[in-house]
Amino acid sequence: MNYERIKEKLEILADAAKYDVSCSSSGSKRKNKNKGLGDSDGMGICHSYTEDGRCVSLLKILLTNVCIFDCAYCVTRKSNDIKRAAFTVQEVVDLTINFYRRNYIEGLFLSSGIFKSPDATMERLIRVAKKLREEENFNGYIHLKSIPGASDELMQQAGLYADRLSVNIEIPTKAGLKLLAPDKDHKDFIQPMKAVKNAIDLYQSEKKLIRSTPIYAPAGQSTQMIVGATGESDRDIMYSANFFYNKFQMKRVYYSGYIPVADDSRLPAIGTEVPMMRENRLYQTDWLLRFYGFDVREILNDEYQNLDMDIDPKLSWALRNLDQFPVDINRAEKRILARIPGVGMKSVGKILSARRFRKLNWEHLKAIGISINRSKYFITCDSREFERRDLTGIQIKNQILLSGSSKYSKNFTNQLSLF
Amino acid sequence: MERVLQYDGTFDGLMTTIFTIYQHKVKNPIIQAPAQQQDSLFGEAHEIITEPEKAQRVLNRMNELSSKQDMMEFYKAFLSEILGIENTLYQYCQQTFAAGKAPSGDYGNTTILKISQAAKMVGREKHRMEAFIRFHLIDEDLYYANCEPDFNVLPLIAQHFKNRYADQKWVIYDLKRDFGISYDLENVVEVTINFKDPTAKKGIVNKAGSSTQLVTGSFRESENNYRDLWNQYFKSTNIESRKNMKLHLQHVPKRYWKYLSEKVA
Repeated sequence: MNYERIKEKLEILADAAKYDVSCSSSGSKRKNKNKGLGDSDGMGICHSYTEDGRCVSLLKILLTNVCIFDCAYCVTRKSNDIKRAAFTVQEVVDLTINFYRRNYIEGLFLSSGIFKSPDATMERLIRVAKKLREEENFNGYIHLKSIPGASDELMQQAGLYADRLSVNIEIPTKAGLKLLAPDKDHKDFIQPMKAVKNAIDLYQSEKKLIRSTPIYAPAGQSTQMIVGATGESDRDIMYSANFFYNKFQMKRVYYSGYIPVADDSRLPAIGTEVPMMRENRLYQTDWLLRFYGFDVREILNDEYQNLDMDIDPKLSWALRNLDQFPVDINRAEKRILARIPGVGMKSVGKILSARRFRKLNWEHLKAIGISINRSKYFITCDSREFERRDLTGIQIKNQILLSGSSKYSKNFTNQLSLF
Repeated sequence: MERVLQYDGTFDGLMTTIFTIYQHKVKNPIIQAPAQQQDSLFGEAHEIITEPEKAQRVLNRMNELSSKQDMMEFYKAFLSEILGIENTLYQYCQQTFAAGKAPSGDYGNTTILKISQAAKMVGREKHRMEAFIRFHLIDEDLYYANCEPDFNVLPLIAQHFKNRYADQKWVIYDLKRDFGISYDLENVVEVTINFKDPTAKKGIVNKAGSSTQLVTGSFRESENNYRDLWNQYFKSTNIESRKNMKLHLQHVPKRYWKYLSEKVA
């Protein structure tokens, strides 16, 4: 093995793959088989974190950055003058196995530029996964990219070796896609998603009848949308996400603040700041939908098309719905507790279990770990002290902002001084 | 009987101590681990000799009254080695016996909350070790890693590594507590290594040990190569325009860097 050459390829092909944010390695229970290599109990592990604070869980690389497409937002687009490289199947297998053995990674995330044709590319990705599973008896995590335009047959094969499949929708709206990726068709993205979803459903229903049915993509599908490349509102983005969660039972939708990689009049100029705060607010909204029982229309609608940047979406919702508060911590049901700003799902669980033993007061709540600073305007508990003033939403918001210092405060000090 | 009871620092030792407290009806006992030996204001410390049968009797009763999960939390809290945790664990047993049922979930009760918080800290450290252990291939077929976890988590991570690396020999060594776990393709056993150089430098495995068969020789050529490749990968996968060192440090506190191949450089 020529390590210098591999190192060079790694430099190019890891660099090109890093804009894909998905790094999850959870949700797949794959037991060690016949004393082979690898085992996962369904819990993901982040083995390291880069200086940008993102987790490193998988060896995330492109098989090749040669691509026949010319999508404006993409660093490997055909017209971009960059160094091209390609790994052989065996090289990827060796890297994965040797990294895994040293406990560097949970597994492999393999994507690729589209060379020759979508099917030829998909077929090569599958070959890597197959070799890892069948020749190396590798039971770690494998995430394969579904190549837009790949045939249904190949997608059905891919899921037999991969834990997760994903195809990135990238641009949340059809119009945006037409503008930035004129040679790609919206339905080329949807088709592989459909194929995978159908296969998952099929294998799951067969599993109920025949126990020996092989597992198919046990960690499901995910997708990613670029935020801030074209002019979508937060509502557009979250409604699309909601569509994918419902229609394709996506496990995750990722939001990736656009990082300018091209001098193109259709896109934000190079050097434009990455919209990290917006990205953060979108993730918070995503969590509210998936874990807190919110409907997307409660948070974003015709009246509120964009998320507040200075406060989190749950607080923002609560301030618009003050009639639903205060909530009695000792009586309210789970669904309602989950809607209190400053109270997370872990705390909800603790409150539910602790209040079976005694009525909870402020000290208890503080010890359990809820954010009193934010929640005190919205709750009552076993105490005669509570917020009695009839505050307006804006007053509460200002009090909360004044009493805490957000890591993003430098971004909105102007707004504060208005009041 | 004296109020200050000193046990040997083992889990069985603590259970024996609790047995003794009940047997001799000791009032307001103070349990101490050997590390915290101190002439106390309360007079002489009484040394407890660990007796597995006695320990087992306490454990059996606790198991009857608690769920598996409760017992796991109890054990994790013990591994935290937090000063005075023994006394909290004793109070927990006391409350469990008194109520005829483990009071799990009673977070309004300080004892329960303390146990649960200690268990959470230990659980987090366990997870960190599962992530941050970095193996070095030495002697052709042995994967070796040093670590210095905040809490005594090796007993908790053994199963994880055994399942995962079923086909490779490995040793994980806790330099802080001077013992390790070793897997020989069949079983995981506890080992102690006499290092020539007692302090591991830069997270790289110590050179040839003097009186051990485990660590001899030096790295094989391929080891440095894959570490190099990993370091290259780590560099290339970073996005410069999103740099956020505060977040980075929050996830990978500096005290762990010593043994992380990618941070040693």
